Amino acid sequence: MAERYSSFQSGGRMWLLQRVTAVFLLVVLAFHFFLLHFVHHADEVSFLASSARMEQLSYYSLMILFLVTATFHGVNGVYNALVNQGLTGTKRTVIKWTLVAASVVLIAQGIRTANAWAGIGLY
Amino acid sequence: MSQSYNRGLIEDFGRWREFEAGMWAWIFHKFTGWVLIGYLFTHIAVLSTGIPAAGASEAAIAAGNDVYTQTIVSLEGLLLVRILEVGLLAVAVFHMLNGTRLLLVDLGIGLDAQDKSFYASLILTGAITVASVPTFIAGAF
Repeated sequence: MAERYSSFQSGGRMWLLQRVTAVFLLVVLAFHFFLLHFVHHADEVSFLASSARMEQLSYYSLMILFLVTATFHGVNGVYNALVNQGLTGTKRTVIKWTLVAASVVLIAQGIRTANAWAGIGLY
Repeated sequence: MSQSYNRGLIEDFGRWREFEAGMWAWIFHKFTGWVLIGYLFTHIAVLSTGIPAAGASEAAIAAGNDVYTQTIVSLEGLLLVRILEVGLLAVAVFHMLNGTRLLLVDLGIGLDAQDKSFYASLILTGAITVASVPTFIAGAF
Protein backbone atom coordinates (compact mmCIF):
# COMPACT_ATOMS: atom_id res chain seq x y z
CA MET A 1 0.00 0.00 0.00
CA ALA A 2 1.16 3.48 -0.80
CA GLU A 3 2.10 5.65 2.14
CA ARG A 4 0.73 9.15 2.46
CA TYR A 5 3.01 12.10 3.13
CA SER A 6 0.56 14.95 2.53
CA SER A 7 0.00 17.41 5.36
CA PHE A 8 -3.69 17.56 4.43
CA GLN A 9 -6.32 14.99 5.25
CA SER A 10 -7.11 13.01 2.14
CA GLY A 11 -10.56 12.22 0.88
CA GLY A 12 -12.07 15.54 1.89
CA ARG A 13 -13.92 17.76 -0.54
CA MET A 14 -11.88 20.82 0.47
CA TRP A 15 -8.64 18.84 0.01
CA LEU A 16 -9.66 17.99 -3.55
CA LEU A 17 -10.89 21.52 -4.31
CA GLN A 18 -7.58 22.99 -3.09
CA ARG A 19 -5.76 20.78 -5.62
CA VAL A 20 -8.19 21.27 -8.51
CA THR A 21 -7.97 25.05 -8.07
CA ALA A 22 -4.16 24.72 -7.84
CA VAL A 23 -3.98 23.09 -11.27
CA PHE A 24 -6.26 25.76 -12.78
CA LEU A 25 -4.33 28.60 -11.11
CA LEU A 26 -0.97 27.26 -12.32
CA VAL A 27 -2.09 27.82 -15.90
CA VAL A 28 -4.10 31.04 -15.46
CA LEU A 29 -1.64 32.81 -13.14
CA ALA A 30 1.19 32.07 -15.60
CA PHE A 31 -1.01 33.43 -18.43
CA HIS A 32 -1.89 36.55 -16.37
CA PHE A 33 1.77 37.33 -15.59
CA PHE A 34 2.85 36.62 -19.15
CA LEU A 35 0.13 38.76 -20.75
CA LEU A 36 0.48 41.77 -18.45
CA HIS A 37 4.24 41.85 -18.00
CA PHE A 38 5.77 40.29 -21.10
CA VAL A 39 3.26 40.62 -23.98
CA HIS A 40 2.21 44.06 -22.69
CA HIS A 41 4.50 45.79 -20.21
CA ALA A 42 2.84 46.75 -16.93
CA ASP A 43 3.54 50.46 -17.55
CA GLU A 44 1.66 50.26 -20.87
CA VAL A 45 -1.53 49.05 -19.19
CA SER A 46 -4.41 51.47 -19.79
CA PHE A 47 -8.15 51.55 -19.20
CA LEU A 48 -8.67 51.53 -22.98
CA ALA A 49 -6.68 48.31 -23.53
CA SER A 50 -7.92 46.58 -20.34
CA SER A 51 -11.49 47.45 -21.31
CA ALA A 52 -11.03 46.01 -24.81
CA ARG A 53 -9.88 42.70 -23.28
CA MET A 54 -12.58 42.64 -20.60
CA GLU A 55 -15.35 43.27 -23.16
CA GLN A 56 -14.66 39.82 -24.62
CA LEU A 57 -16.86 37.28 -22.87
CA SER A 58 -14.10 34.61 -22.91
CA TYR A 59 -11.59 36.94 -21.17
CA TYR A 60 -14.20 38.31 -18.73
CA SER A 61 -15.35 34.83 -17.67
CA LEU A 62 -11.76 33.61 -17.37
CA MET A 63 -10.92 36.56 -15.08
CA ILE A 64 -14.03 36.00 -12.92
CA LEU A 65 -13.15 32.30 -12.61
CA PHE A 66 -9.55 33.33 -11.83
CA LEU A 67 -10.81 35.67 -9.06
CA VAL A 68 -13.10 33.03 -7.52
CA THR A 69 -10.56 30.17 -7.64
CA ALA A 70 -7.67 32.36 -6.39
CA THR A 71 -9.81 33.64 -3.51
CA PHE A 72 -10.89 30.11 -2.56
CA HIS A 73 -7.36 28.68 -2.87
CA GLY A 74 -5.76 31.54 -0.93
CA VAL A 75 -8.32 31.86 1.84
CA ASN A 76 -8.65 28.07 2.26
CA GLY A 77 -4.84 27.94 2.39
CA VAL A 78 -4.78 30.55 5.16
CA TYR A 79 -7.47 28.61 7.06
CA ASN A 80 -5.50 25.35 6.70
CA ALA A 81 -2.32 27.09 7.87
CA LEU A 82 -4.12 28.42 10.96
CA VAL A 83 -5.63 25.01 11.71
CA ASN A 84 -2.13 23.50 11.39
CA GLN A 85 -0.93 26.09 13.92
CA GLY A 86 -3.46 24.65 16.35
CA LEU A 87 -6.56 26.82 15.87
CA THR A 88 -9.56 25.14 17.53
CA GLY A 89 -12.98 25.70 19.10
CA THR A 90 -14.82 29.03 19.02
CA LYS A 91 -11.76 30.87 17.68
CA ARG A 92 -11.69 28.49 14.74
CA THR A 93 -15.38 29.08 13.98
CA VAL A 94 -15.05 32.87 14.28
CA ILE A 95 -11.97 32.95 12.03
CA LYS A 96 -13.61 30.60 9.52
CA TRP A 97 -16.64 32.87 9.07
CA THR A 98 -14.49 36.01 9.06
CA LEU A 99 -12.50 34.49 6.19
CA VAL A 100 -15.73 33.55 4.38
CA ALA A 101 -17.00 37.15 4.78
CA ALA A 102 -13.66 38.57 3.55
CA SER A 103 -13.84 36.26 0.52
CA VAL A 104 -17.37 37.41 -0.34
CA VAL A 105 -16.29 41.09 -0.12
CA LEU A 106 -13.20 40.42 -2.27
CA ILE A 107 -15.18 38.56 -4.95
CA ALA A 108 -17.94 41.21 -4.98
CA GLN A 109 -15.41 44.04 -5.31
CA GLY A 110 -13.55 42.11 -8.03
CA ILE A 111 -16.77 41.56 -10.01
CA ARG A 112 -17.69 45.28 -9.65
CA THR A 113 -14.27 46.18 -11.06
CA ALA A 114 -14.50 43.68 -13.92
CA ASN A 115 -18.01 44.93 -14.76
CA ALA A 116 -16.82 48.55 -14.93
CA TRP A 117 -14.05 47.51 -17.35
CA ALA A 118 -16.38 45.31 -19.41
CA GLY A 119 -18.94 48.08 -19.85
CA ILE A 120 -21.55 46.15 -17.85
CA GLY A 121 -23.78 48.68 -16.13
CA LEU A 122 -23.87 46.76 -12.83
CA TYR A 123 -21.00 48.23 -10.75
CA MET B 1 -0.58 0.29 6.10
CA SER B 2 0.23 3.91 6.55
CA GLN B 3 3.35 4.93 8.34
CA SER B 4 4.17 8.27 9.87
CA TYR B 5 7.43 9.85 10.89
CA ASN B 6 7.59 12.01 13.97
CA ARG B 7 9.98 14.82 13.20
CA GLY B 8 8.57 17.02 15.93
CA LEU B 9 6.41 20.10 15.55
CA ILE B 10 7.26 22.04 12.38
CA GLU B 11 5.35 25.04 13.73
CA ASP B 12 8.07 25.31 16.38
CA PHE B 13 10.18 27.66 14.24
CA GLY B 14 12.85 27.87 16.96
CA ARG B 15 14.03 24.47 15.71
CA TRP B 16 14.90 25.89 12.27
CA ARG B 17 18.51 24.69 12.42
CA GLU B 18 17.25 21.08 12.47
CA PHE B 19 14.87 21.55 9.53
CA GLU B 20 15.29 19.34 6.47
CA ALA B 21 14.61 20.28 2.82
CA GLY B 22 10.96 19.21 2.96
CA MET B 23 10.34 21.31 6.07
CA TRP B 24 11.88 24.39 4.43
CA ALA B 25 9.69 23.72 1.38
CA TRP B 26 6.65 23.65 3.69
CA ILE B 27 7.64 26.95 5.36
CA PHE B 28 8.43 28.69 2.04
CA HIS B 29 5.12 27.47 0.59
CA LYS B 30 3.19 28.90 3.56
CA PHE B 31 5.14 32.19 3.48
CA THR B 32 4.67 32.69 -0.29
CA GLY B 33 0.99 31.72 0.09
CA TRP B 34 0.45 34.42 2.76
CA VAL B 35 2.16 37.00 0.50
CA LEU B 36 0.05 36.00 -2.52
CA ILE B 37 -3.32 36.15 -0.75
CA GLY B 38 -2.28 39.48 0.83
CA TYR B 39 -1.40 40.73 -2.64
CA LEU B 40 -4.72 39.52 -4.11
CA PHE B 41 -6.66 41.66 -1.60
CA THR B 42 -4.36 44.64 -2.28
CA HIS B 43 -4.57 44.12 -6.06
CA ILE B 44 -8.38 44.16 -6.14
CA ALA B 45 -8.49 47.13 -3.74
CA VAL B 46 -6.12 49.16 -5.95
CA LEU B 47 -7.82 48.12 -9.20
CA SER B 48 -11.24 49.04 -7.84
CA THR B 49 -10.08 52.63 -7.17
CA GLY B 50 -10.07 52.87 -11.00
CA ILE B 51 -13.81 52.12 -11.30
CA PRO B 52 -14.69 55.84 -11.87
CA ALA B 53 -12.65 55.60 -15.12
CA ALA B 54 -15.67 53.80 -16.60
CA GLY B 55 -17.55 57.09 -16.40
CA ALA B 56 -14.84 59.15 -18.11
CA SER B 57 -15.36 60.59 -21.58
CA GLU B 58 -14.21 58.63 -24.63
CA ALA B 59 -11.68 61.34 -25.39
CA ALA B 60 -10.19 61.17 -21.87
CA ILE B 61 -9.97 57.35 -22.07
CA ALA B 62 -8.39 57.49 -25.53
CA ALA B 63 -5.82 60.01 -24.27
CA GLY B 64 -5.13 57.95 -21.14
CA ASN B 65 -6.37 60.77 -18.90
CA ASP B 66 -8.72 58.54 -16.91
CA VAL B 67 -8.10 57.81 -13.22
CA TYR B 68 -7.15 54.14 -13.80
CA THR B 69 -4.51 54.77 -16.45
CA GLN B 70 -3.10 57.67 -14.43
CA THR B 71 -2.87 55.47 -11.30
CA ILE B 72 -1.01 52.75 -13.24
CA VAL B 73 1.35 55.29 -14.84
CA SER B 74 2.22 56.89 -11.49
CA LEU B 75 2.65 53.53 -9.70
CA GLU B 76 4.79 52.08 -12.48
CA GLY B 77 6.93 55.23 -12.43
CA LEU B 78 8.14 54.32 -8.94
CA LEU B 79 11.27 52.17 -8.83
CA LEU B 80 10.10 50.67 -5.52
CA VAL B 81 6.92 49.36 -7.21
CA ARG B 82 9.02 47.77 -9.97
CA ILE B 83 11.26 46.08 -7.38
CA LEU B 84 8.21 44.86 -5.44
CA GLU B 85 6.81 43.44 -8.71
CA VAL B 86 10.01 41.44 -9.22
CA GLY B 87 9.60 40.20 -5.63
CA LEU B 88 5.99 39.25 -6.34
CA LEU B 89 7.09 37.33 -9.43
CA ALA B 90 9.69 35.43 -7.38
CA VAL B 91 7.10 34.58 -4.72
CA ALA B 92 4.52 33.49 -7.33
CA VAL B 93 6.99 31.41 -9.35
CA PHE B 94 8.25 29.58 -6.25
CA HIS B 95 4.68 28.92 -5.06
CA MET B 96 3.76 27.58 -8.52
CA LEU B 97 6.84 25.36 -8.90
CA ASN B 98 6.72 24.03 -5.35
CA GLY B 99 2.95 23.63 -5.71
CA THR B 100 3.51 21.46 -8.80
CA ARG B 101 6.01 19.46 -6.72
CA LEU B 102 3.37 19.02 -3.98
CA LEU B 103 0.71 17.93 -6.49
CA LEU B 104 3.11 15.32 -7.89
CA VAL B 105 4.12 14.10 -4.42
CA ASP B 106 0.42 13.79 -3.51
CA LEU B 107 0.04 11.59 -6.59
CA GLY B 108 3.00 9.53 -5.38
CA ILE B 109 5.32 10.82 -8.11
CA GLY B 110 8.89 11.80 -7.21
CA LEU B 111 8.58 10.93 -3.54
CA ASP B 112 12.18 9.68 -3.35
CA ALA B 113 13.48 12.88 -4.94
CA GLN B 114 11.31 15.36 -3.01
CA ASP B 115 14.37 17.11 -1.56
CA LYS B 116 16.02 17.40 -4.98
CA SER B 117 12.79 18.75 -6.54
CA PHE B 118 12.66 21.39 -3.77
CA TYR B 119 16.20 22.52 -4.62
CA ALA B 120 15.25 22.49 -8.33
CA SER B 121 12.22 24.71 -7.53
CA LEU B 122 14.52 27.18 -5.74
CA ILE B 123 17.10 27.27 -8.55
CA LEU B 124 14.45 27.60 -11.28
CA THR B 125 12.70 30.38 -9.31
CA GLY B 126 16.01 32.24 -9.08
CA ALA B 127 16.73 31.76 -12.80
CA ILE B 128 13.25 32.87 -13.95
CA THR B 129 13.31 35.89 -11.60
CA VAL B 130 16.77 37.06 -12.71
CA ALA B 131 15.86 36.54 -16.40
CA SER B 132 12.68 38.64 -15.90
CA VAL B 133 14.38 41.62 -14.23
CA PRO B 134 15.10 43.53 -17.50
CA THR B 135 11.44 43.19 -18.60
CA PHE B 136 10.12 44.30 -15.21
CA ILE B 137 12.48 47.25 -14.84
CA ALA B 138 12.21 48.48 -18.48
CA GLY B 139 11.18 52.14 -18.67
CA ALA B 140 11.53 52.74 -14.92
CA PHE B 141 14.53 55.07 -15.35
